[in-house]
Amino acid sequence: MIKRLAGSIREFKKPTLLTPLLMIMEVAMECLIPMIMSKLVDYGINAQNMQQILFWGFLLVCAAALSLFFGAMAGRTAAVASCGFARNLRRDMYENIQTFNFRSIDKFSTASLVTRLTTDVTNVQNAFLVMTRMAFRSPVMLIVAFVMTFSIEARVAWVFLLVTPILALGLFLIISKVHPLFTSIFRTYDKLNAVVQENLHGIRVVKSFVREKFEISKFNGISQRIFKDFSKAEKLLSLNMPLMQFCMYACMILISWVGARLIVTTGGDPVTGFSTGELMSMLTYVMQILMSLMMLSMIFVMLTMSRASAQRIAEVLEERSDLHDGEKNIKDVPDGSIDFNHVNFSYSGAKDHLSLKDISLHIPSGATVGILGGTGSAKSTLVNLIPRLYDVTEGSVFVGGHDVRDYNLEALRNQVAVVLQKNVLFSGTIKDNLRWGNENATDEEMLHACRQAQADEFIQSFPNQYDTYIEQGGTNVSGGQKQRLCIARALLKKPKILIMDDSTSAVDTRTDAMIRKAMREELPVTTKLIIAQRISSVQEADMIIVLDNGAISAIGTHEELLRTSPIYQEVYYTQQKGGSSDDE
Amino acid sequence: MMNKGRGPMRGQPLSGKALKKVNRHTIQRLMQYISKYKLPFIAVALCIIISSVASVVASRFLQTLIDDYIEPLLVQPVPDFSGLSRMLCLMGAVYLAGVLATLLYNRIMAVIAQGTLKEIRDDMFAHMQTLPIKYFDTHTFGDTMSHFTNDTDTLRQMISQSIPQIFASAISVIAVFCTMLSISVWLTLVVVLATILILKVTAKIAGNSGKYFIAQQTSLASVNGYIEEMMNGQKVVKVFCHEEKALEEFNRRNDELCDNATRANSYANVLGPVNNNLGHLMYAILAIIGGAMAIIGVPNLSLAGMGVLTLGGIAAFLQLSRNFIQPISQVSQQLNSVVMAMAGAERIFALMDEKSEEDQGYVTLVNVRKEKDGTLVETDEKTGVWAWRHPHQDGSVTLTELRGDVRLANVDFAYEEGKEVLHDVTVWAEPGQKVAFVGATGAGKTTITNLINRFYDIADGKIRYDGININKIQKPSLRRSLGIVLQDVNLFTGTVMENIRYGRLDATDEECKAAARLVHADGFIEMLPEGYNTVLSGNGSGLSQGQRQLISIARAAVADPPVMILDEATSSIDTRTESLVQKGMDNLMKGRTVFVIAHRLSTVQNSDVIMVLDHGRIIERGNHEELIAKKGTYYRLYTGAFELE
Repeated sequence: MIKRLAGSIREFKKPTLLTPLLMIMEVAMECLIPMIMSKLVDYGINAQNMQQILFWGFLLVCAAALSLFFGAMAGRTAAVASCGFARNLRRDMYENIQTFNFRSIDKFSTASLVTRLTTDVTNVQNAFLVMTRMAFRSPVMLIVAFVMTFSIEARVAWVFLLVTPILALGLFLIISKVHPLFTSIFRTYDKLNAVVQENLHGIRVVKSFVREKFEISKFNGISQRIFKDFSKAEKLLSLNMPLMQFCMYACMILISWVGARLIVTTGGDPVTGFSTGELMSMLTYVMQILMSLMMLSMIFVMLTMSRASAQRIAEVLEERSDLHDGEKNIKDVPDGSIDFNHVNFSYSGAKDHLSLKDISLHIPSGATVGILGGTGSAKSTLVNLIPRLYDVTEGSVFVGGHDVRDYNLEALRNQVAVVLQKNVLFSGTIKDNLRWGNENATDEEMLHACRQAQADEFIQSFPNQYDTYIEQGGTNVSGGQKQRLCIARALLKKPKILIMDDSTSAVDTRTDAMIRKAMREELPVTTKLIIAQRISSVQEADMIIVLDNGAISAIGTHEELLRTSPIYQEVYYTQQKGGSSDDE
Repeated sequence: MMNKGRGPMRGQPLSGKALKKVNRHTIQRLMQYISKYKLPFIAVALCIIISSVASVVASRFLQTLIDDYIEPLLVQPVPDFSGLSRMLCLMGAVYLAGVLATLLYNRIMAVIAQGTLKEIRDDMFAHMQTLPIKYFDTHTFGDTMSHFTNDTDTLRQMISQSIPQIFASAISVIAVFCTMLSISVWLTLVVVLATILILKVTAKIAGNSGKYFIAQQTSLASVNGYIEEMMNGQKVVKVFCHEEKALEEFNRRNDELCDNATRANSYANVLGPVNNNLGHLMYAILAIIGGAMAIIGVPNLSLAGMGVLTLGGIAAFLQLSRNFIQPISQVSQQLNSVVMAMAGAERIFALMDEKSEEDQGYVTLVNVRKEKDGTLVETDEKTGVWAWRHPHQDGSVTLTELRGDVRLANVDFAYEEGKEVLHDVTVWAEPGQKVAFVGATGAGKTTITNLINRFYDIADGKIRYDGININKIQKPSLRRSLGIVLQDVNLFTGTVMENIRYGRLDATDEECKAAARLVHADGFIEMLPEGYNTVLSGNGSGLSQGQRQLISIARAAVADPPVMILDEATSSIDTRTESLVQKGMDNLMKGRTVFVIAHRLSTVQNSDVIMVLDHGRIIERGNHEELIAKKGTYYRLYTGAFELE
């Protein structure tokens, strides 16, 4: 997992490696500084020697300048490395998501992909920053400070060996208790976010059912749980500071006691014995040693906290699409004929839960095909196999005489346009959206496509016409307008096969009829597959497929099916009933 | 509904003055929340004082140790350590008190911080529920969402860490300052000058860093927004082979974020070393000046009076100067998080300040019992008979039976001023009638239903419900009397059963199942892996559009309301199932009022009244036969479906 993530460092390897190096230099200076300070006191102030004071003072200034230089440099490189790393992580994930097949998109779910790309990356970035800056700094600081104390006076420094393990053990205990709490807190956070999100999307439902109080109490329940768990975790974490203070004060008193006796017995001579200046620097090292231990524990907490995020990112990076360009990599789709040969399909890939069962059919190029079937009869599933949004579980699908698995994916999808059932417009002008179909579409081409999709009229009624800005998710156009824009977008591809998956459900009957008329007249060579609820949408088709429970129940023209298919008859009569009875 | 606002000014650089003004208001609001914890807060303050004093004493301890104990002991022929041990024990006691105080205030603070956050979150959510639909039209979900996540999170850090630290630092600084004065006024003066210099430098760096942090937040929002949009449309991206294009724009935004973040973090990271080392510089200068003073014997002015600067005094002062600078640099390093938290708090309070839906209604819906003579008596029992309880100005109360008679008279409406979408709309719906709205998309069909349940308020005209102006009816009562199935289905995380029960919370399992059977949803529900106990998440992502619609219809059916509004409720359901659903609904709605919006004319043919809308006007009205006979728009629409035969 770490290896996978580290792969995203790339061009930022230099600053990534430089940061700990610079940090170590800074630490060296920081450890030197208390020693210089003690010399300043001993040889300068206590000896009342101005020259010594100036000398050590000058050294101190130099050390401080160097420390500043290294520190500032390290700060800069750390920022470059961590931000660059985060950028690469986001880019790598995003790039990989672009290669995802529909199955992977379904598996991760949109919301989870968004969290992984945003919050999780931020978490990992913070952990990375801490790691490069602190993970080396603290242990080095600890070791150097230890060495320094022992080099000053081993007869005093043993005190550290006594106190440090106590602190380390205490910190370890706290962390091991806190970690599981945080795991559960994050899970509760997810729930909280889900509730807010659902309420934002479903606010009209909440308000129409007057469920405000119900939702509020649901939310309060979750926020109460966060409160409880988080307070508990923070209470535990709050032991850190006093524990650290306790150890520090204990060290100070012990060192004072041991040190004072030593000074008195050795006569306070800095060379042969122990001096007041040395006592002072010893006390400074107390801070440094304990601080770096504290830092280490914080790093540990951060790393464990970001581990879950790192895991989730790695999952996205490691997801491999099982849909690849075919080995033959055919880039040319000869025509719009479609064949299904004994196709079985299940979303899970398991053979006992088939969504499509033994589908075989032949659609000649240029035909208009209607697909009817009850809710959940796998109409969408069937057409999704044609542009190879999913791979068949068994059997094969041919387009233009070649197995879809032999095509170059982009070439195939450029020739097979799908207007999805759950369609999306993107923020940008209408023109921007239309250009999705063809980047180089001229204004005339766009106008033409919109006319065919019966979208031109309402677009012209907007004040900014084709430059009207569409809000995220297309919220500022109505459902029917959105559907027509999506059809126009697909038409601009000039595909050999056009699939409309219930794409006119929000369009009125007349407009629907006009769209079909335009297609019949202007796209004679394009194979058109129309999934619809209305018989009127499909009845003039060359061929109508009636699906029932994932299997083909009947195929034929309107007249044939009226004679032979009981399902078709029933649908027809329920839709005609109103009309015919009124005509009496 | 075009030209949507982009939410409150996110990340726009404010001028210094404006920032200060806004901040003061924000701090006050924040304090209101925290001040609910008065007693614990006083305890925290006390503990912080004890803890800070202990740490000051700790730094002062060195001088006492050297001057009063070590130096005298050095000259004693037979050193007597008993004084030293007594002093160390005393110090131990002081330290222990400090440690305990730290422990206590950290623990109390954890509860205060989390409690405050919980309250802010709860208030924010509760307030969000009261906001008018218009708010949700004009704010992106992502923006509102981030108030609950990012903004609250930055607040947590500030309350639990920054506030106590700033307070503790302030006390330490004051205490250390006094102690320093007690040693030497001259040296203290040097420290003050140095501190001013350090603060100036800090302010400069922090200012730059703050600027870029704000820029970073803005580009972060832009990247997150793009990610959200693209992930939602990922399937469309695939279908159009638009991967590379999408990547290009993503890279552009991602790079911009990286630039701003790098700048912001560089400045922030540099702040620490700069502060520390300026501190070291000051140390050197102090040592030189102090040493010179001691050597030359400059008379030292201290709080204790004039005297000689002792060696221990200088040593201690040097130590103190570090203790003085340290909290100052710590606080300055927290400035960024404080600024960010304040910006977050500002956005949170902006949400809380959004105007709630106005509700001046006083007519409420109550259960009544019908006496033998036909009079209505209010009751707490669930009788299934409802009435409007209408208090009058003279104190009397009348009860009007809920019948479902809805009349719109000369209604005008505009979502945005000047862009009227409904003109002079008049509709009568008598109890038990089925009223249909037909018309092209954008003709204003949905708008009419949005006015009946008062998602929006009309500009002109009147809407009466059982003869009562709906402005007089309390919104909850009004909405409870209307069952609405919306065009866009929203389901909630939970089981299928829970989703159906959403219509009426006290419905039994059996009642929910009966509702599902009624609308023919039980067939597919039984086929789900866990049946009614199948857990739905992500707005029922595993279900097809039609299946989700069926659940939402069942949800409305279980509510059993006297008036039902069906807005394209069956558009994704195949017609065979639809006619079954229709039959069930017709049974359910016998004697009740139904408003239907549908594109499929077959759905609306059996309506009592059909209104044909065009550009916000009712252009035809009548039943199916009348409209066909009229040979107007409806006739053309109706025959249009067959013209291709």
